[in-house]
Amino acid sequence: MATTHVATREAEVPVEPQKVVNDLSIQVATVNGSGSQTANSVLLRAIFQMGIPVSGKNLFPSNIAGLPTWFTIRASKHGYIARRKEIDFLVAMNPETADEDVRDLRPGSVAVYDERLNLKRLRDDCVFYPVPFDQLVAPCCPDAKLRKLVRNMIYDGVLAKLLGIEMEEIHKALFKQFRKRAKAAELNWGAARAGYEFAAKNLPKADRFFLQRMDATQGKIIIDGNAAAALGALFAGVTVVTWYPITPSSTLCETLTDYMKRYRIDPDTKKATFAVVQAEDELAAIGMVLGAGWAGARAMTATSGPGISLMAEFVGLGYYAEVPAVIFDVQRVGPSTGLPTRTAQGDILSTAFLSHGDTKHPILFPCSVEECYSMAIEAFDLAEELQTPIFVMMDLDLGMNNWMAEPFPYPQKPMARGKVLTAEDVERLGQFERYRDVDGDGIGYRTLPGTNHPLAGYFTRGSGHNEKAAYTERPSDYVNNMNRLARKFETARQRVPGPVFQEAAKAEVGIIAYGSSHWAVLESLDQLKQERDLEASYCRVRAFPFNQQVKDFVRRHRWIYVVEQNRDAQLAQLLRLEVDAEEVKKLRSVRHYNGLPIDARSVTDSIVRQEEEK
Amino acid sequence: MATTTTPPAPPKKVNRLGLEVTAYKGHRSTLCAGCGHNAITERIIEAFYELGIEPHRVAKLSGIGCSSKSPAYFLSTAYGFNAVHGRMPSIATGAMLANRTLVAIGVSGDGDTASIGIGQFVHLMRRNLPVIYIIEDNGVYGLTKGQFSATADLGSKLKTGVVNDLPAIDTCALAILLGATYVARSFSGDKRQLLALLEGAIAHRGTAMLDVISPCVTFNDHEGSTKSYSYVKDHDEPLADVSFVPFFQGISVDYEPGTATEITLHDGSRLLLKKLAADYDPTQKVEALRVLTEAHDKGEIVTGLFYVDTKSKDFLELLNLVDEPLATLPESRVRPPQKVLDEVMEELR
Repeated sequence: MATTHVATREAEVPVEPQKVVNDLSIQVATVNGSGSQTANSVLLRAIFQMGIPVSGKNLFPSNIAGLPTWFTIRASKHGYIARRKEIDFLVAMNPETADEDVRDLRPGSVAVYDERLNLKRLRDDCVFYPVPFDQLVAPCCPDAKLRKLVRNMIYDGVLAKLLGIEMEEIHKALFKQFRKRAKAAELNWGAARAGYEFAAKNLPKADRFFLQRMDATQGKIIIDGNAAAALGALFAGVTVVTWYPITPSSTLCETLTDYMKRYRIDPDTKKATFAVVQAEDELAAIGMVLGAGWAGARAMTATSGPGISLMAEFVGLGYYAEVPAVIFDVQRVGPSTGLPTRTAQGDILSTAFLSHGDTKHPILFPCSVEECYSMAIEAFDLAEELQTPIFVMMDLDLGMNNWMAEPFPYPQKPMARGKVLTAEDVERLGQFERYRDVDGDGIGYRTLPGTNHPLAGYFTRGSGHNEKAAYTERPSDYVNNMNRLARKFETARQRVPGPVFQEAAKAEVGIIAYGSSHWAVLESLDQLKQERDLEASYCRVRAFPFNQQVKDFVRRHRWIYVVEQNRDAQLAQLLRLEVDAEEVKKLRSVRHYNGLPIDARSVTDSIVRQEEEK
Repeated sequence: MATTTTPPAPPKKVNRLGLEVTAYKGHRSTLCAGCGHNAITERIIEAFYELGIEPHRVAKLSGIGCSSKSPAYFLSTAYGFNAVHGRMPSIATGAMLANRTLVAIGVSGDGDTASIGIGQFVHLMRRNLPVIYIIEDNGVYGLTKGQFSATADLGSKLKTGVVNDLPAIDTCALAILLGATYVARSFSGDKRQLLALLEGAIAHRGTAMLDVISPCVTFNDHEGSTKSYSYVKDHDEPLADVSFVPFFQGISVDYEPGTATEITLHDGSRLLLKKLAADYDPTQKVEALRVLTEAHDKGEIVTGLFYVDTKSKDFLELLNLVDEPLATLPESRVRPPQKVLDEVMEELR
């Protein structure tokens, strides 16, 4: 084999004596459209199958083929699954980014690379493993057209050898990935084997990183947040799904459609107990949801920031006319088109008050794939109980990346369909007023179109209306209605999921975070304690409006760091509106908004800096 | 002893459900006296009454504008939804997905449809959703005091003297091209034709699009307007004499061969189109578009049923929905059992 570099000669850097086991991050740099997704998923899954806690982040461009893409895999015996900034093991496949990728490595890191790139010339304080990918792929893939797609599997084999990933697990993961496409699986398996054998013969181990079987993933599943939310919607009994394609939310509705086709066809009639419509735009998508919600269906849409902006007018109608709706916002980086394939929590403020006039909406913040599932179910109950649009705010990191999780529990509670009167109810009551606050919780009773009673019909409108749903411009009618809606929001405050606490005794510093920032915060809490002897309490907010427990947490601590993934400290701003005036000055902010998933080191550094400035 | 006998009250007129016409009325109109929309409202009341549609099964939908107020003026015991400007089609779509047993009637205007709502209009027509879509078409924005709409004819004049220098969008031609399966134009002042076309629309399954020229007495009924009462009366060229025979009336109508076309609609009702001048076959798209184009060139307003297709599947059939309303399916039919979750979890391990 005509390798121009010999690994033993290349690995002249002093190897640090201590072995690093089950604690590393791998970054694979490729060109998008090159089939690297399969190789990366197989790698991730093989590590997972070895019982090692693992997470994967796909950092991809808004493009179909030809632009740089990175995939980072983190294996952590401690169970840390947030992104880690520092790369230990680079796989450099993309000539365009390879030089920069190598220059960014810390001393002692490792680079596996396409031999032709000659990266060794760049520095001498890293370990280099050159691999002649083109020579290796040719014999195991006779069809030249397929080589581009199979080529990447070679690095799976190389890494398996270098790091100690068991080839049986690579095989198992690969065949799981390809399911029934045995021929493709065999082809890829051949490439992985070729990589493994090449490394065994030519690449003596010269770095300190190892992976070893452990027992921390037994029984767990791997799923992305969009699929998890789709499963939640499936088990919530959703019947109408209307959507418009937009990254990063599209796979939520696509996966849901697949599941519905499998599990929601009536066994007797072979007809669908659901309707999925790909709408002409987001305006129509939310309009259909409101039409369906008004007529009594459990209806939803999924979108991202630009779609949320387009839905603003209709969401105001949903709020004012009190129509149930569930809207998933898989957030991406704005403003405007922004970075469509990068992650952020940038829609918090605009969604909380989406639409003109006095509007506000309950928002749920899942932090994990488990919560994408459970909060999806909860969102449908809340929407019908509160008769209003409910937002589930995910983000690209949560929605599109693979996460480990415990298997999801089957819903324990029956579906809560809210205050709906049947014809018999109306007959018994002898009257019906759509917007009357009968129970004092701000929520009226509704009837569904088609209810066969002459008193059941009413007129839904976005214009001013009184308790009987009749048009009105009377000042007192308007004020009464708006005050009732405010009362309903207070009911929502009690009903939405409350915060989750991780309290440190006598801690003066509190951290508030939400959504996918959770995982970086958990790790940062350990870093603060271990490196700075700083013990902090943590309050993970799970919904807006905030309940009293959140306010009490602020009151209990001297400082509060609100950690979030946007520039303007959006959740901190919402908190400022809700906590007592004297508490406002306690609120500090940790913000991360470069489009990459937040990492613990950034959180820790920011908190330490602010603590020192204090 | 004198006995007084009260003459029996004349029996009240009722429809096949035993309902009087009052059951189909709505609130008092707040539109201008003489507004064409009020005449359309009266025909809608008549049509639903005569066909004996149960009011509780009717969903009345609209967008924003003078036209969109009118659902409040008919069938007050039905279910209404006055949505946002130009977006009634999506509300109608959602409502029908949720409950396919409803009879949906959407009332829009020319601004609501042909400008702000053109996108949703286009896609509604394309889907052939079962809905009656009425455009109350007066060529101006009434509620904002008389600006031109996109159906105003080239060269027509506002009261202020402003002349329209853009061509009109022909919503009927558009609807035919896009896939609507019942497309007609009428005039609010032609009671007989409008009623028959509305009844046909109710009996049809699929999107029934009716563009009804409906003069705005306040802003567009003057010399120089092509949507004034007098202009429409002078230029109205009906394609045929339309009459409607509901499925529950076994009336047979005899015409001399070659003088009329009979169309059997979804519920078994029939539309009879008696020839007035040239032969016209309303099942031919190309023919419909030719007639519309030629009339436009001659400055005529052709009215009548341009196109009907009783065979194409409607949107709900395409989606293969169960027969019952999705909205009220019990939990046992919409929440899969535990074993499904177990199966999915196993796949993800």
